Amino acid sequence: MSPLILLSLVLMALALCLTFVRLFRGPSLPDRVVALELFSSILVGIIGVVAIATDVASLLDVAIVMALMAFMAAIGFARFLERGGPRDD
Amino acid sequence: MTEILKEGLILIGALFMLLAALGLVRLPDLLTRMHATTKAATLGATLIMLAVAIHFAQVAVVARAFGVILFIMMTAPVAAHVIGRAGYFVGSRLWEGTLKDELRPNYDPLTHELKSGLETESNARREPGESDAS
Repeated sequence: MSPLILLSLVLMALALCLTFVRLFRGPSLPDRVVALELFSSILVGIIGVVAIATDVASLLDVAIVMALMAFMAAIGFARFLERGGPRDD
Repeated sequence: MTEILKEGLILIGALFMLLAALGLVRLPDLLTRMHATTKAATLGATLIMLAVAIHFAQVAVVARAFGVILFIMMTAPVAAHVIGRAGYFVGSRLWEGTLKDELRPNYDPLTHELKSGLETESNARREPGESDAS
């Protein structure tokens, strides 16, 4: 594994930590949903880098499923909020 | 050559993702946070998938990588729109430095009615007729 790939993995892990800070602190539910969205985007990136580092092409399928799940979750949360979920937390 | 290109793409993609996370933590309200995450994270994932396509260079893998890029580019704006809309309806507070909220005076959050501000008296009292689409 080349040092540049290792460095970008570290950067993305740092991004995951920052996102988790917002997920933990987020003043309202929509903020947390945005944090979850970013979580899955970063995970797609990490899976791509790991696929390069390990030479396993079929990891890309995992990335596709990850992106799909994130989209579904965002739509579901938005519907839940509009139908009168918790107004404030 | 391809090695340098690949590693450059990966590094720039990772930096964009770090920027998105930084914006998510630092920016003051929901809409500005979404502005940071949606675009930067999409760009980061796109760059990394381009690097994957360059690394493997087989038809099946390249097609899948471009499938991921296309899917992310199509769904990220939709998801951001839906979440932003839900957040506005729920009444998430805007940043106190916000200069203008064009929707606030024209929109009734209880009935979900939107006014243009250009209605005339006679139009408001008019009954719906035959030619109006329902």
